[in-house]
Amino acid sequence: MQALNPTTPGFRLFRYAAPAEFYRLTGRIIPFIAVLAALLAAAGLYVGFFVAPTDAQQGEAYRIMFIHVPAAWMGMFIYVVMAFWAALGLVFNTRMSAIMASALAPTGALMSFLALWTGALWGRPAWGAYWVWDARMTSTLLLLFLYMGFMALHSAIDDVRRADRAAGLLALVGVVNVPIIYFSVQWWNSLHQGSSITLGRAPTIATPMLAAMGIMALAFWAYCIAAALTRARAIVLERERGTEWVRALTGASA
Amino acid sequence: MNWGSWQAFWAMGGYGGYIWGAYGAFAVVVIVEIVSVRARLLRARRAAASTRRRT
Repeated sequence: MQALNPTTPGFRLFRYAAPAEFYRLTGRIIPFIAVLAALLAAAGLYVGFFVAPTDAQQGEAYRIMFIHVPAAWMGMFIYVVMAFWAALGLVFNTRMSAIMASALAPTGALMSFLALWTGALWGRPAWGAYWVWDARMTSTLLLLFLYMGFMALHSAIDDVRRADRAAGLLALVGVVNVPIIYFSVQWWNSLHQGSSITLGRAPTIATPMLAAMGIMALAFWAYCIAAALTRARAIVLERERGTEWVRALTGASA
Repeated sequence: MNWGSWQAFWAMGGYGGYIWGAYGAFAVVVIVEIVSVRARLLRARRAAASTRRRT
């Protein structure tokens, strides 16, 4: 068993209770979030394919946007959330923080992979190239590598607490990449188009297109929350194996 | 309604390969993640059930 840091009784209680409470609570809410994700995706795809009109310039190819943009957003956003949990874990040494960071990494990696993949398939008809070493694409590729580095580093270190700290540090260092991705289309002369949506300005796309993208973005949010929380539950069980509450939960014999 | 027929729907104005390539990858990624994450949870549950008391 891992040595406990000397803490006040109240804080130690909190530490023990947190994973158990998390496991119980998420077991209740995940099904709702998952159903919500499925419903939103169905609605978003319906609007995206059957309501949104053909684009005047790009024809039908623009419909890739409905998954490309949400995937790119989630890839960036999940990284920030992961780095936030990693930082909390490094500073306060709480168990759930490191578990959350580890649970988010694979989902974030898949989202950035999807952003790159769908971007390539959109880039080909729109620009005539699957890939160019453009600032936005290169920094998004770096984002994928950062996620993969986080996971590889974590799994390379046997001691879980040390793995949490090392991977957490990597996550924190890599967070500088996120604003680079976001502002890359403004900072560098880019082949990638600028944002269709900017705060405080009227969107540059038609309303049903915007609606489809918005609904799909919500669907991606719900999906990523459900996927990451389910993975976090699995990690909780893996790490808390043998503790009293897990034994009670699973009916393990003495 | 944008499409006169299912054929027109799948053709996507000639961009079908790109669009379904993108949406297909999306579907595969989501399904693979759902299956693998649920399998991991089940595995963790089973392993926990067969673990002896921590000392």
